[in-house]
Amino acid sequence: MRRFSVVSAIGFMVVALFVVWLGVNLVKTPTDFFQALLIGLATGCVYALVALGYTLVYGILELINFAHGDVFMLGGMVSVSVATSFGLSAGETFLWPLVIVVLLIAMAVCGAINATIEMIAYRPLRNAPRLAPLITAIGMSFILEDVGLAWKGPNYVNFPDVLPTSNVFSIGGVDFQWDKLIVLLITVPVLLLLLWLVQHTRQGKAMRATAQDMDASAIMGINVNRTISFTFLIAGSLAGAAGLIYSLYAQTVRFDQGFQLGLIAFTSAVFGGIGNLPGAVLGAILIGLIQAFNEALSWHAPGSDWTESIVFSILILILVFRPEGLLGERTPEGG
Amino acid sequence: MDAGGAIEQVGFRNQLRARWNALPQEQRWTATILIQLLVAVGLWFLDHALAEGFLLICAVIWLRKLPPLPWRLAGQAALVVLLAIFAATGNALWSVPIVFALGFAAFWIPTKQRRWALPAIGLAVAILYPFFEEKLFTMPVFGVFPDVYTGVYMVVFVMMAVGLNIVVGYAGLLDLGYVAFYATGAYTAAWFASEQFPHTRFDLWDIGVIPKDLPGVHVSLWLLLILAGVITAGFGVIIGLPTLRLRGDYLAIVTLGFGEILPQIARNGDSLFGFNLTNGPNGITPLDSPGWGNTLSNATGGFLPANYLTCCKRVLLGHQIQSADVFFWTALVLLIFTVFCSLRLRDSRLGRAWVAIREDETAAGAMGIPLMRTKTWAYATGAFFGGVAGAYYASFKSATFPGDFFFNISVFILCMVILGGMGNVWGVIVGASFLAYLNQEGLANTGAWINSNIHIGSHHPNLDVPLYSSGIYGLIIVIVMLLRPEGLIPSKRVAAELHEGVHDEPAYDIAHGAHDV
Repeated sequence: MRRFSVVSAIGFMVVALFVVWLGVNLVKTPTDFFQALLIGLATGCVYALVALGYTLVYGILELINFAHGDVFMLGGMVSVSVATSFGLSAGETFLWPLVIVVLLIAMAVCGAINATIEMIAYRPLRNAPRLAPLITAIGMSFILEDVGLAWKGPNYVNFPDVLPTSNVFSIGGVDFQWDKLIVLLITVPVLLLLLWLVQHTRQGKAMRATAQDMDASAIMGINVNRTISFTFLIAGSLAGAAGLIYSLYAQTVRFDQGFQLGLIAFTSAVFGGIGNLPGAVLGAILIGLIQAFNEALSWHAPGSDWTESIVFSILILILVFRPEGLLGERTPEGG
Repeated sequence: MDAGGAIEQVGFRNQLRARWNALPQEQRWTATILIQLLVAVGLWFLDHALAEGFLLICAVIWLRKLPPLPWRLAGQAALVVLLAIFAATGNALWSVPIVFALGFAAFWIPTKQRRWALPAIGLAVAILYPFFEEKLFTMPVFGVFPDVYTGVYMVVFVMMAVGLNIVVGYAGLLDLGYVAFYATGAYTAAWFASEQFPHTRFDLWDIGVIPKDLPGVHVSLWLLLILAGVITAGFGVIIGLPTLRLRGDYLAIVTLGFGEILPQIARNGDSLFGFNLTNGPNGITPLDSPGWGNTLSNATGGFLPANYLTCCKRVLLGHQIQSADVFFWTALVLLIFTVFCSLRLRDSRLGRAWVAIREDETAAGAMGIPLMRTKTWAYATGAFFGGVAGAYYASFKSATFPGDFFFNISVFILCMVILGGMGNVWGVIVGASFLAYLNQEGLANTGAWINSNIHIGSHHPNLDVPLYSSGIYGLIIVIVMLLRPEGLIPSKRVAAELHEGVHDEPAYDIAHGAHDV
């Protein structure tokens, strides 16, 4: 039972204002609205893949893995390198099998990177105060960012332009292009695979047990270190997949893209309720939608100059008003 | 060996250490000397000066192992005499033996007196620095000693690090958005001491620096420092009140969020509802230079310069005083104030409450410490010094740009605190000076050294080391957290806390009672 309070009243007001703003925009420019909806869905899917990595790791170690966004960036760079060396181009016969191969390579490399980071940087601090691994993670993030910088230089690296941008359908001026559909087509199976892995396999059971109580699972014969490594492996490979999909979609990669997108994805994870897998996906899609609405709608939208501020304001509002997120459970950190 | 010893032998590093400790002392010492000589020979091929420097440092460390009287004294005297002979024959600068002699002298200060003597010596060296800076020798790898401009930069960042240390080191609240306070201070200075608001006219006549009738608000920097501190502290309270009930990593993320929002407001602030608040990405420039104005300057016989930028024709101790020197000394005064406040606060009732919260929030709350108020005070105090430092630095640079306030800077300042030793003001000062120097000059010099001395065959690496500065700070953070989480000069309490493995696992949040749990 919740008491009525000023805090929840303000929260309610914010949501109500947002809904009114959306409604007015829908009535004024329906085409823009639906267009933005589709764009937001596609971006939200990429965010979801990265957000799941944050949520998996947080669920098991209660650690905000700051370096995760930069693993995503490295995923993009691996994809660019592999795709360029394969000579990927739009008219190729084996285009899609090749893209799948690139996807698998990116996932494998990023999974390995993430698991290695855990082993080197986080495992020795397992019993330290909780802020110690967090600070280490920030350090790792900066190191990875500069690895990307040293590898590909400070400029944008172009990804081969392979996604068709012709329309799948067009209803009343609302276009849905192939590239967005393909993003969805790659993302959704990966998500389903992950859910199956966590909920229906032996390893997934071990992960859930370790997340609940590390000591008790160790007593029950679960190899906790291996389970944590496995979690980082999965999280890293999701980031790798996101790296490829993002670079397919945006067609550029740069060393600093991981920090921004990582923070947005983390916000999504908090939004949905950190530690909760469906929550991360829901939060990511909502954040993707909000971003797309903000950038595409015309009536009193702050515009892309303010995207970060809006995303971080959401983060702050969520943490202040509903720290457990949309689908999460109450944690002691909350209130 | 007790039971704890057996546990410590787990792990590769600890096993190696245990095996090393099991060797007889003579063998250990011989091995160490041999290794050091080998390293010195290796370094000799890279850079003669580096090898010599390395041997000198080894010699100093070995001398400390000797019995103090007469051997250590004799050894140190011999070393200084040797260096003096080198200097007399023109193989080294005279500053080398002098620096070593002073360093050795500092070692001889009795432990009881060190507490005040070492800071006093450090302060004296800092105050006199502009007089002897140009006469100093060149360090191997790092190159020349920092010039006075870099000195100002270093002192300002030391101030910020000492301020952040109050939040992170004393109260244990991880603040990843400290740059927001720095930005607030800088913009406060910029608004009230420039032509940013041309429709308003305000100046302080002869007490201020700027001649009459210029457009814009022109308040003297000295008032602005206080104003910036107060505004920033208020801002810290505004950020803190809703967020400080969160714990640990959630708080860190929220501060990071604020640290990202604020620069964006600065960047987009050239038309906030049609009002030009921050001049957008072009930043606000120029700012009025600091100074005491003609009235005060004349009243003190020119001791307080009227305007720092056009300052100083006098020659002192054979040194032509320049405006950078005056900026440097003023920054030192501000730093002394900051350190004084920081030390006094640490031992105050409030400071002890901060430490209690850091060590165990639940217990502190149960003992009757008002958690929210205490944490908000930590935030406000930390913010105050960040704001003052930011305002002074903006005025020194005579500009403020939104591009100066990236997340990197927050982490950079955090890195200073962690490297130096969380919770220990002296450690933070050392760590911050070193990193600020690296950022401003050291990395560029190191890069030049690497590019000219390290080569594989005839291939010289063309490394742009300053480009990778943030990665280097990241590396420092990771290495320090893994190997020596208490920092270079640790505070005893923090070290104990980090090694015991205290868990911050509250049963429920006291700040809000047990409702909804």
